[in-house]
Amino acid sequence: MKVEFNGKSIEIKKVSTVSKLLEELAINRETHLVIVNNRLVTEDYRFNQDDKAKIIKVVSGG
Amino acid sequence: MKCKVCGGKAVISLRAYNSALCEKDFISFLENRVFKTIKKYKLINDKDKLLIAVSGGKDSLSLWYILNKLGFNADGMYIDLGIGGYSDLSLEKVKKMSDMLKRPFYTFHLNDAMGKGIEAISKKIKRTTCSACGMIKRYIMNRVCLDKGYNVIVTGHNLDDEASALMGNLLYWKEEYLWKKGMMLNEEEGHLSKKIKPLFLCSEREMAAYAVLCGIDYIYDECPFSIGAKSLFYKELLNRLEDNSPGTKLQFLKGYLKFIRQMNIEKNRREMKYCINCGYPTVSDKCNFCRIMEKYGIERNIIFEEYRPTYEVFE
Ligand SMILES: [Zn+2]
Ligand SMILES: [Zn+2]
Repeated sequence: MKVEFNGKSIEIKKVSTVSKLLEELAINRETHLVIVNNRLVTEDYRFNQDDKAKIIKVVSGG
Repeated sequence: MKCKVCGGKAVISLRAYNSALCEKDFISFLENRVFKTIKKYKLINDKDKLLIAVSGGKDSLSLWYILNKLGFNADGMYIDLGIGGYSDLSLEKVKKMSDMLKRPFYTFHLNDAMGKGIEAISKKIKRTTCSACGMIKRYIMNRVCLDKGYNVIVTGHNLDDEASALMGNLLYWKEEYLWKKGMMLNEEEGHLSKKIKPLFLCSEREMAAYAVLCGIDYIYDECPFSIGAKSLFYKELLNRLEDNSPGTKLQFLKGYLKFIRQMNIEKNRREMKYCINCGYPTVSDKCNFCRIMEKYGIERNIIFEEYRPTYEVFE
């Protein structure tokens, strides 16, 4: 499946939920949010076919 | 996950609060948290005139938006550090918010005032970019308040910013900074403006979610100079702790607030002097900023450009 990660499109192995997606990419859920079809979702969200997922980081410098 | 308030579909889990909330309830939760922080810690008085430091990032833009929504009118201040496209794009975001809120903001252009951008200045004064930037921001924010008649500087520092700064100060036992990392620094009439941080108890994750949910258009890329900064590494460490034991960051800062309350009573203030050049508080006859600028022969012509929103401001 394709996901947008920090503005770049990447291809990863198919996962069932947002938790699994974060696990797959070794991402801490404290530092990233997942947006599916332009809506913010929780970690238990189950992906459907054709979902557009986007991962954004929340940490900024300073 | 279901919203703990209304049972609807949750959009965010808040493990530190053992909760999950839907869009509507999360937005009111966050705004309420900022409001309660302001009230509980008496950050704002009725007579205060607020100026918020806006960078174009999620925290300061969201805070500007929240303050005005809560009825605390604040104008903005943008410091253009002259970091090429990054600074230009940030300024665009600030203008957009100014237009939306119908509140004016000031811009300070480092290049115009001192003939150089932040990179050249930091090289010249032999400081890291972040340290030069911090010093200039503190000085300029205070200066614009005095020049333009504001008495309170509001900044968008969030829980993660404060926790990582505190961790850095503790690791190296920087005692002189330890007591002044609280939520508010008091003013010194005619010399120093009050400084407040209403997002002190809101995490970075909560702030990003708020910005996304409210459609706030912020600059997503970070300052190119912050890459590899120690504070980012501390944030990462703290977030690993947080992932293992949710609520750790909040406990860390709340405990600190309790600690400095006791410490401040005992703290014997040393006598304050003011810079003979500009009036900024100092321990010698000239302030740090003036001393450094003079030592390295950097001219400074400090002026503030005012931006009026594209709609008329009715007050
Ligand atoms: Zn709800
Ligand atoms: Zn001075």
